[in-house]
Amino acid sequence: MTATIDDPRVIEFDVRTDEMLVNMGPQHPSTHGVLRLVLRTDGEIVSEVTPHIGYLHRCAEKIGENLTPRQWIPYTDRMDYLAGMNMNLGWSLAVEKLMKYEPPEKGRHLRVIISEMGRIASHLVGMGAYGLDLGSFSPFLYAFREREKILDLFEEACGARLTYSYLTVGGATADLPPGWLEKCSAFLDQFEPLIAEYHTLLTTNAIFVKRAAGIGLLSPEMAISYGTSGPVLRGSGVDHDLRRDGEEIYTAMYEGYAFEVIVEKNGHYPKDHKYPQIPSDAVLGDCWHRFYVRMLEVIQSIDLVRQAIEYYSTATGNYGEPVKLNQKLPVGEAYLETEAPRGQMGFYLVSDGSPIPWRTRARSSSFCNLSVTGPLCAGCLIADVPAIVGSLDIVMGEIDR
Amino acid sequence: MSGQAFVDQLKQKFGDKISGANLENVDPWIEVTPEGIVEVCQYLRDEPSLAFDYLNSITAVDYLHTDEKKAAKAEWEPHLEVVYHLFSMQHKHSLVLKVMLPRWQNDEVGNLPQLDTVSMIWATADWHERELYDLLGVEFIDHPNMRRILCPEDWVGHPLRKDYEMPLEYHGIRGR
Repeated sequence: MTATIDDPRVIEFDVRTDEMLVNMGPQHPSTHGVLRLVLRTDGEIVSEVTPHIGYLHRCAEKIGENLTPRQWIPYTDRMDYLAGMNMNLGWSLAVEKLMKYEPPEKGRHLRVIISEMGRIASHLVGMGAYGLDLGSFSPFLYAFREREKILDLFEEACGARLTYSYLTVGGATADLPPGWLEKCSAFLDQFEPLIAEYHTLLTTNAIFVKRAAGIGLLSPEMAISYGTSGPVLRGSGVDHDLRRDGEEIYTAMYEGYAFEVIVEKNGHYPKDHKYPQIPSDAVLGDCWHRFYVRMLEVIQSIDLVRQAIEYYSTATGNYGEPVKLNQKLPVGEAYLETEAPRGQMGFYLVSDGSPIPWRTRARSSSFCNLSVTGPLCAGCLIADVPAIVGSLDIVMGEIDR
Repeated sequence: MSGQAFVDQLKQKFGDKISGANLENVDPWIEVTPEGIVEVCQYLRDEPSLAFDYLNSITAVDYLHTDEKKAAKAEWEPHLEVVYHLFSMQHKHSLVLKVMLPRWQNDEVGNLPQLDTVSMIWATADWHERELYDLLGVEFIDHPNMRRILCPEDWVGHPLRKDYEMPLEYHGIRGR
């Protein structure tokens, strides 16, 4: 029997697709520079995603076994290069935990100011770049415009714009310069009303919602099993933030501060009355929720910095005394995780009593967050892959270390 | 839950598979034998009063002095320690487990030590174990994809071992 156009078998034959392996990256913009994703596709449907990492591997852990903790601080900057301050803090606290050192009152508040400003800067990039991944260019520019102002403030405090090495073991390398606090407050006052702009451009934008809502569902059980952390974990509705639930030495930094963990509770985020409500297509644990947690955390950080400025200006004493470069470490081992912008950044060090640690280890949040890409992308469309990878807000420097 | 009570509970349950503990350290740790690691981990996750559902990290430390003088003075025999950091979302407590392994299986140099995988207990262990295999050379039995993760697949050696020597050349690229 000859087939005709009316025969459904012909149509089926014509549009049949073959299975194909597609390489996305390492240079594809949606893969953040140095990530290679191998997709197994059938037409537009992705059946399997395998991330390949290691393009940036700089052997930071090996270098850490040949340098003293204070000498290693610049290497932590280069891990999560969008939140260098928070990396400095994580490593300093891990070393301080081993040394049983407690920074003075003023140094504690200084660290809150600096690390929360770092969080704002990092979330601005995460948010702006995510907009770019989904085809929206303007928010990216606006986010960088605001981030520049934070970098200006950081530059004034420590002289660097990207790799700060400012917070260090025993405190900070210097006190905040005179007049810095006023500039910081002025920035916050100017920045806060602008967030409404981002909400108009992204959060409630119909195209953005269509592309992010209901995509890449991550259940709370899976989020915990895969060891995800930060906004990825909280976007799945798991109420966990190390600033509240972490170890004593880290939570002591936030003692006396009023803040609520940003996580959805029965359809309501805390204190979000001013900001847009959840769109009807969004499901808990999807890309939109991960993005929204980040947006609300920016507002929370602004609030925290304001409180810290208050505390800092009334605190007495010193901002801390950095330990000597070749200070001997006590024998033992310590592991500490802190809440960096992208999630829980853990540092582990083993010491045999010499000034140089026997072993240093960095467990990064993005490493675990990225490992969930495979299961999240199974069965989605090719166009959803950048949406999912972007919503995890990974920084490759932190994964490859 | 802390300290001695916890060690006693585990000892009662698993007997000789809990081979030691150090409660003096900044982070107290418990030592498990290589044979018992899967069983103990399964129990730690499933027992409701412990509920260690979150695996922070798996890493290892290489104990080897490359310097002979220092090696003679050292208080330990050369070995590898695999370290597990666990956390419970529900109870907000953490735990450190350690497994001691020989540097080489059966003392044959080049023969990697082996350990059972825990990737079916915590999904995140999959990548952590691959990284450990890549950088420190521990093979995980029954791991779904035991391949290098950070280094290229044809890389020789395991860079975080203390006696690792940097290759002088890789695919025609001079190292130094």
